[in-house]
Amino acid sequence: MDFDLFWSSLGPLLLGAVKGTIPLALASFALGLLIALLVAVMRISTSKLANGVGRVYVSLIRGTPLLVQLFVIFYGLPAVGVKIDPWPSAIIAFSLNVGGYAAEVIRAAILSVPQGQWEAGHMIGMSRNQTLLRIILPQAARVSVPPLSNTFISLVKDTSLASLILVTEMFRVAQQVAAFSQEFMLLYLEAAMIYWVICLALSTAQTRVEKRLDRYVAH
Amino acid sequence: MSPTDSVLQVRGLSKSFGANTVLRGIDLDVPRGKVVALIGPSGSGKTTILRSLNGLELPDAGSVTVGASGGTSTGVEPQRPSLTLDFDAKVSPKEVAALRDRSAMVFQHYNLFPHMTVLQNVIEGPVRVQKRPRAEVVAEADALLKRVGLFEKRDSYPFELSGGQQQRVGIVRALALKPQLLLFDEPTSALDPELVDDVLAVIKELADEGWTMVIVTHELAFARQTADEVVFMDGGVVVERGPASQVLRKPQEERTQQFIRRLLHEI
Ligand SMILES: Nc1ncnc2c1ncn2[C@@H]1O[C@H](COP(=O)(O)OP(=O)(O)O)[C@@H](O)[C@H]1O
Ligand SMILES: [Mg+2]
Repeated sequence: MDFDLFWSSLGPLLLGAVKGTIPLALASFALGLLIALLVAVMRISTSKLANGVGRVYVSLIRGTPLLVQLFVIFYGLPAVGVKIDPWPSAIIAFSLNVGGYAAEVIRAAILSVPQGQWEAGHMIGMSRNQTLLRIILPQAARVSVPPLSNTFISLVKDTSLASLILVTEMFRVAQQVAAFSQEFMLLYLEAAMIYWVICLALSTAQTRVEKRLDRYVAH
Repeated sequence: MSPTDSVLQVRGLSKSFGANTVLRGIDLDVPRGKVVALIGPSGSGKTTILRSLNGLELPDAGSVTVGASGGTSTGVEPQRPSLTLDFDAKVSPKEVAALRDRSAMVFQHYNLFPHMTVLQNVIEGPVRVQKRPRAEVVAEADALLKRVGLFEKRDSYPFELSGGQQQRVGIVRALALKPQLLLFDEPTSALDPELVDDVLAVIKELADEGWTMVIVTHELAFARQTADEVVFMDGGVVVERGPASQVLRKPQEERTQQFIRRLLHEI
């Protein structure tokens, strides 16, 4: 193994993670959660239209490959006159994707809160939206942390697909160094290791968040 | 009784869930400062009545009037104009909100907010919904919690409390809203037997203080001591009503007699 190359490429790879992978994942996840919340609320609303739109959206996202979604946005849309740069394309594709998966998580979490909590919220005079925000979502949050953490961890790994639409994130840096040095095994294992470390850190963070949200639950 | 002294007037309240007709024209009057106990077998529609009064259920027909008076005869005197909802016509969400604003409910299963402390549970409505000054609300909440012996628990979460303590918080949460009318739905039936008396004592105290209340209960001894009127319902209709001592000791109707006999034998 070429340790010199390992150490000399670690810097560029980490830079790719810090300037590419991580911000891409964070931005997409934040936007994705907003979309998911909106879609989840549509899915539990009494409006048939909102419900139907939400259902079709979730079905489309979950029923098509992420890579295809990415390609449609970056390589497909220019054909109809919509040209989007690599970074925004990636963020749009990933956040729409997260939105579809997380919407179902949030919807299930909302439905898992007992009906009596809605009634108690209404009893003290809250509107539906107030009850949702103040009473239901905080309780749903606790239930959705484990599945949403999984969604986020998947997303961090999936950002490597953005290399295929020319976003300079960590894996694209690894590909470039590998092509130049012809040390494919070394570079790809090095990239794998960094993904792994990031995901381990995220799992630890997940445990902490769960603990914090557990403070009002019997043990 | 002058009409202004009537806190609650229910006329012809009807409700079906699909093919299941649950309420068939219920009339109910609660004068200011009086306590009405609703009794009847499971499934007779008692909860549905309370939920309708709190706007949690939309009746199909009938009307509900809440008068301008209420609260206690001595203490709080909420300034809310009298309100009538006519369910034969379409009622707006605004009207439902206005109805809800006038009563407060204590649930069978407490339904405290598990992610909030005791104090937060109590002040959430007054502060967030009624937009009253927080300091004032907290002071009132503390006084109410002291009254029911739970001041030391104000910063605890519901899961740290016994069922009886949770239900007393449920009562304080309702009182903090300063309603004109208190609604209790079997407030002690989810409690272990040894915890029932503490909760009933609190409710009895509120009755003595002059709160206007409707209480659904299976505690006949409590109803006899506390209620001014007992209403027995079965199958969605009022079968018998009258002064507590009369309905509970000398019921006139066959069905009332059977029900009371069965309840007494269970104990
Ligand atoms: N949301 C609902 N949907 C359908 N049926 C209901 C609903 N709520 C109550 N019911 C029915 O109405 C009847 C009366 O219920 P309820 O008012 O809870 O009676 P009680 O409190 O006297 O036991 C029952 O048959 C119950 O199944
Ligand atoms: Mg009931």
